[in-house]
Amino acid sequence: MSRLDELFARCRAEGRAALIGYLPAGFPSYDLAVEAMLAMVEEGVDAVEVGMPYTDPLMEGPVIQAAHERALANGTRQADVLRTVEAVAATGAPAVVMGYWNPVHRYGFRRWAQALKDAGGAGAITPDLIPEEAPEWLEACRDLDLDPVFLVAPSSTDERIAVVGRTNRGFVYAAAVMGVTGARAELGDGARILVERVRAQTDLPVGVGIGVSTGAQATEIAGFADAVVVGSALVSALQERGVDGVRRLSAELAEGVRAAVRP
Amino acid sequence: MTAHLYPDASGHFGEYGGRFVPEALVAALDELTAAHLAAKTDPVFLAELDRLLTTYAGRPTPLTDARRLSEHAGGARILLKREDLAHTGSHKINNVLGQALLTQQMGKRRVIAETGAGQHGVATATACALFGFDCTVYMGEEDTRRQALNVARMKLLGAEVVPVSSGTRTLKDATNEAMRDWVTNVETTHYVIGSVVGPHPFPMMVRDFQRIIGVEARRQVLELVGRLPDAVVACVGGGSNAMGIFHPFVDDLEVALVGCEAGGDGVETGRHAAPLTAGQPGVLHGARSYLMQDDDGQTSDTTSISAGLDYPGVGPEHSLLRDLGRATYSGVPDAWAMQALEKLAKSEGILCAIETAHAFAGACDWGRAQVAAGRDAHDLVIVVNTSGRGDKDVDTAARWFGLVTGEQVAESELVRAHEGEQP
Repeated sequence: MSRLDELFARCRAEGRAALIGYLPAGFPSYDLAVEAMLAMVEEGVDAVEVGMPYTDPLMEGPVIQAAHERALANGTRQADVLRTVEAVAATGAPAVVMGYWNPVHRYGFRRWAQALKDAGGAGAITPDLIPEEAPEWLEACRDLDLDPVFLVAPSSTDERIAVVGRTNRGFVYAAAVMGVTGARAELGDGARILVERVRAQTDLPVGVGIGVSTGAQATEIAGFADAVVVGSALVSALQERGVDGVRRLSAELAEGVRAAVRP
Repeated sequence: MTAHLYPDASGHFGEYGGRFVPEALVAALDELTAAHLAAKTDPVFLAELDRLLTTYAGRPTPLTDARRLSEHAGGARILLKREDLAHTGSHKINNVLGQALLTQQMGKRRVIAETGAGQHGVATATACALFGFDCTVYMGEEDTRRQALNVARMKLLGAEVVPVSSGTRTLKDATNEAMRDWVTNVETTHYVIGSVVGPHPFPMMVRDFQRIIGVEARRQVLELVGRLPDAVVACVGGGSNAMGIFHPFVDDLEVALVGCEAGGDGVETGRHAAPLTAGQPGVLHGARSYLMQDDDGQTSDTTSISAGLDYPGVGPEHSLLRDLGRATYSGVPDAWAMQALEKLAKSEGILCAIETAHAFAGACDWGRAQVAAGRDAHDLVIVVNTSGRGDKDVDTAARWFGLVTGEQVAESELVRAHEGEQP
């Protein structure tokens, strides 16, 4: 059983959805990023997505783009991302890297998978990689018992959702709205429809991300999804109000997730 | 190699190409692949494209015998494939008209594009005016400055031009922003990628629409000279004009294919835009190909006087041709390119784009090297793809050659700053 499997089993037993929080490594500095991630975990975030800063993050909206630029300007390198993973994993919460493919490709995916495993990482979410392009990566993950997490989107056909469902381990990441990351005032019912479509194809837990920024939205999503993923709002909180801002928003989101009424 | 075997059904050129994109785009890429493959054998589509290329774009473009330029190439005969005479002033129109027809067939009404030098943006804005599509063009802020004339042209044609101020503020970041728009609006919008880059089917599809350059050139050179040329030379940024003219010659193994990348300050300085010459395989903008990157996998900054070549990636089929040794690539420094631009202007009366000037520098170099190696210059025939005209570059060239005074430069900066303040 992987660390993500254990997390979802525990949340299921508690009758609630998991809360996954995202922050990029190295933003606004190495130390503050780690401190903010540990604060998230203390306030009830169940798993941390450690963002790997990248020059060309084409799924990201302005908030996360700017954070990546800042982290790279600070000199953040892959070794720092892996050290960040190690610090989070030491708390017992699963740490999953959210990383665009070229840095992993350049590192060598087998070597990178081994480094991630050694750092205590649970797996990796790869926003610009689809299962068809990833046979060797999948093999490395299988060998090392890491969870590869691919995304599905509202535009995915049922056939493609089935492919992702068969390939993923840990959970399926459902991008709730078409578009880049960033807070949305209204989430609409696209997320609910997508989660239903994923459930029709796989028994894996389904996490919903993109656009969630408030406790109320977390409650709404936690009513039908297995995990709520929050990114840009936490990055904004860190940017504007520091680690304390992250702490407060994490507590609000954790409460939101637990307030959901589930079927 | 046999040219028609690539790419395979999943869009790979050997180990290059493929689809490294957000899942959200896969359905649209599948739809586009199906539309393109159907169009390739649809006589109605092909006739309509042919009609547009002939009556609107001005094809076939001529092959010009550049007699006075030959002295700069060791005496080799230089033939110019005149894409600069196509409508909008470059080869970009070939691809855009094809994709505009596909957009119409797919029932989409909004088109987006990225542009570097602005030639692809102008071609896209032109086709959108012709077809009645809404058009948004993303352009790096730095490029809107150095190619201000093309920004004005796009606006006159009814397009919205969005300056991109993230990252390096050039073509790479304009492409990122166009991708972000596409992920958001893919249901209603077609993304007209301007080069043989991006996820499958773009490298194949753009090549197919640009092949007309090489098909015509091959026929024209056979008519004129009675045999195939010794070399075909083209500049390579993303590589669409090069792939367009190379492709029909790929199976003619006696024809050397020579690609000229942007050498910037000199490849040895590290300040250039020559991934095939000095990069390593990587993934950018949806495909695996040679890439300028650091040892942590971050995309490197690029340097080139030419906005159209100032790009860290390159089309995947070029990567395959490079590895197979079927084409050779090298970096032409800014200074050589500008020297070639001047030579072509003064010896043939053709003011070419700075991108294109890289190909002339490379062609002269190739010719001289052959002669130095003992080939008889009078037996050598080199075809150079004259991919675009240089009107847009007059300002840059005037500064480079010191043809404007300091006061005139200051004045034009002032005018620009003022224009920048307009809402």
